[in-house]
Amino acid sequence: MSRPGFVLEVDRSTPPILFHHGEGFRLEKLPAGSRVIYPAEPVAPLKDPDAAIRHALLNPVGDSQPLPSLLRSGMKLTIAMDNQAVPLPPMQQPDNRQRVIEIVLDMAAAAGVDDVELIIAHGLHRRQTEPELRHMLGDRIYDSFAPHGMLTQHDAEDHDNLVLVGRTEQGEHVELNKRAVTSDLLIYVNVNLVAMDGGHKSTMTGISSYRSLKHHHNVTGMQHSRSFMDPPNSELHNSTWRMGRLLAGAVKIFQIETTVNTDTFPSQFGFLQKREWEWSARDRASYLATSKSLDRVPPRIARSIFHGIKSPQKMTSVQAGEVEAVHKLTLENVHKQHLVPVQGQTDVLTMGLPYVGPYNVNSILNPLLVMCLGLGYFFNLYRGKPLVRKGGVVILSHPTRWEFHPVHHPSYIDFFEQVLTETTDPLEIEKKFEEDFATDPWYIHLYRNSYAYHGVHAFYMWYWGAHALQHVGQVIIVGGEPRAVRRMGFKPASTLRDALEMAEDVVGRNPSITHIHNPPIFLADVT
Amino acid sequence: MRALQFRRSLPKYAAAMVAGSVLPGFGAKVGPLRLADIDEPALPGPDWQRIRPRLAGICGSDLSTIDGKSSRYFEPIVSFPFVPGHEIVADSDGGRVVVEPVLCCAPRGIDPPCSFCAAGLTGSCQNITLGRLEPGLQSGYCADTGGGWSTAMVAHGSQLHAVPDDMSDEAAVMVEPAACAVHAARRPGVEQPSTVVVLGAGTVGLCTIAAVRRHLLPGTLIASAKHPDQRKLALELGADVVVEPGEVRRAVRRMSRSPMVGDGVGEGAEVVFDCVGSADSIDDALNIVRPRAQVVLVGMPGRVSVDLTGLWHKEIRLIGAYAYGKESTGERTFDLAFQLVADADLGRLVSATYGLDRYREAIDHAANAGSRGAVKVVFDLRGERNR
Repeated sequence: MSRPGFVLEVDRSTPPILFHHGEGFRLEKLPAGSRVIYPAEPVAPLKDPDAAIRHALLNPVGDSQPLPSLLRSGMKLTIAMDNQAVPLPPMQQPDNRQRVIEIVLDMAAAAGVDDVELIIAHGLHRRQTEPELRHMLGDRIYDSFAPHGMLTQHDAEDHDNLVLVGRTEQGEHVELNKRAVTSDLLIYVNVNLVAMDGGHKSTMTGISSYRSLKHHHNVTGMQHSRSFMDPPNSELHNSTWRMGRLLAGAVKIFQIETTVNTDTFPSQFGFLQKREWEWSARDRASYLATSKSLDRVPPRIARSIFHGIKSPQKMTSVQAGEVEAVHKLTLENVHKQHLVPVQGQTDVLTMGLPYVGPYNVNSILNPLLVMCLGLGYFFNLYRGKPLVRKGGVVILSHPTRWEFHPVHHPSYIDFFEQVLTETTDPLEIEKKFEEDFATDPWYIHLYRNSYAYHGVHAFYMWYWGAHALQHVGQVIIVGGEPRAVRRMGFKPASTLRDALEMAEDVVGRNPSITHIHNPPIFLADVT
Repeated sequence: MRALQFRRSLPKYAAAMVAGSVLPGFGAKVGPLRLADIDEPALPGPDWQRIRPRLAGICGSDLSTIDGKSSRYFEPIVSFPFVPGHEIVADSDGGRVVVEPVLCCAPRGIDPPCSFCAAGLTGSCQNITLGRLEPGLQSGYCADTGGGWSTAMVAHGSQLHAVPDDMSDEAAVMVEPAACAVHAARRPGVEQPSTVVVLGAGTVGLCTIAAVRRHLLPGTLIASAKHPDQRKLALELGADVVVEPGEVRRAVRRMSRSPMVGDGVGEGAEVVFDCVGSADSIDDALNIVRPRAQVVLVGMPGRVSVDLTGLWHKEIRLIGAYAYGKESTGERTFDLAFQLVADADLGRLVSATYGLDRYREAIDHAANAGSRGAVKVVFDLRGERNR
């Protein structure tokens, strides 16, 4: 039985606390009285995931028949799936998607279905490369489908292959991948890494168009998603649910959702998953060896080392059937792993940001992604109330280099250079610049033909932090490149001690401090 | 009279070259420039008069000379010793005047004038080494006329423009650089271009932004500026978008919504004004201008090494913009410059004044103006003794 997450109160005997710091780590001594929120230990994985998958497909939840009875010869079947943004880091093979899809394909073959297409539901993300697809799906699936054009990556700018399914009562356009919505059956396969993922959001982001996405990927929506990790209180989810229900009325959908545990790092990085006072001599040696080695290598090499990590995460649940019934169970399973009760808010919230987020697999966590990871994802890892009080301070630890991947994130560079120099106000940015970037033919060309995120995606990164920007009094980045940090309207600090002193100017002397010891991921249940 | 004088001295010139390459403006401390009491220049002819400078600007070309960076191109068209200073507002017999410094056929007493002067294109005069004056392309580079960095000089009647009573000295001293900018803006001969880029936001760049905004009426005017104060002024003077120099290619690409072709912007700017004149800026210019369009060199380039393959392939027109005269509309550039200075309030670009005694500080300030939040540094002769 794994131990649950908990809140430690720091005292004089507490050892220095580990902070992720990009492609490295820091050990920081927190003031006595500070709190550290630790995630739960990984819950036990399914003993026989393949059997669990078969069981889920044969015993669906909600208003759905077992999968085999939905399959018939001559039908048009489409299987859409989450892209490599989840899980993080990418998991060791076989990935949940490979396991599920292989079994689905066996059932389809048994039923004589021969018109099957697979779609990577990457929305406005970059396309995946062949090695990335092979890793995610395995060689058997890749070699059976890709060479025949039956493994495609959703193209949100291919207007000949998008269909307007309809509009919700609120006027939201539901415009989706033509193949998917004209199929007799659409199967969606996900990996529900965090509580934000899954449900109707999967199709409404993964296989939709910019025209559809803008209804829920916008500043007002994000400012009213409190948090977007808590679907019942998230405007992002309210919108995608309205739109998803409209789709579900038009297309037969069979949703298959899986969850993973928080066994995030392989054994050589085992110290990252342990509580510092429980580090063994081997853990301490590993930490020292790793830190010293990383200090000596250029960031580029360190990055390639880290992006080589494949996570030993394991499947903890699988449920299939009608979208909402499936997702209810999925959320319960996510919560079992992630929820950590926390009492009360804090004046200062500290967090160490790792090398990877959803949008830089095999890429660079550029300054915009630092903002998104810290003020978007980590800040929103709460249910109830934000961990930091209104007007409080968030301290991020990350190198925040002025560095962008020119192939993956071209519009991010322009956003950083040309938009943030004018304003950092999300609403003003949205009003003044979004349309221009979203319709720029060059970005569209790179999204469709190269490996670039869509031109508008950089905006979403900023919007993801809009709730935090509205809520907090100041953001400080420890160890960040000052020029890059200031460009985003934040304050740079050399050390955590300096940052805490700077924070006192905003929240007063002797503030309460809370550190989130993440990843592995948790979700704070703040009362 | 008191004057800063630039003498021919090879050892000192070499020292300035070394010092100036290490620290901009340092050539003033070790080079051939000196503060001296010298005789006032004689009047070269009956149409000449003695004028007494009030303010005289320090220009980028002056700084190049002081730091030993000038091209050898100038050697035959200047004469030593000379008193620098060609951005001048002065007291004349008839009141305050601005000097149009080009020493073309008229001041040189050459009649009939060369074909360029006859057409009003005095900046292109090819008699700048002939006639009754020693060689010198402008006042401030000629041994016979003196220059603005002194308490007295001589000027030909054709060079003088009366300053309106309501124009300050600070505004008037900006007329000459503004005239260069107006002429540059008129050089491409295009109207209402979609996208124009001005590279650099020193005095020349800022004046060019103001001139382009008013004379070319571009759809979008993008400027590059290194320093925060320059960025602010560039926006105030008419730029729509201001970016750092290293960001200009991406900015032009985005504003023109064009594809990239290699390192260049496919359908980039219709006109690029290079007000820096470095190898990097010319390279940028060639990469952000659209095929068959024009790059105007406004900043004095000197000897640079640039890959011109793009110029060849894109059939780009690379044109120079020097000085002033009459524009194609028949208007005198200086008349347009007076209007521009008044309309755009260019007098605000004068950031600091110095007496001749503090010339080393003045040169140092001018050479590092951008990083110190300044634009135009001028000598203030109004309080000088012997004036």
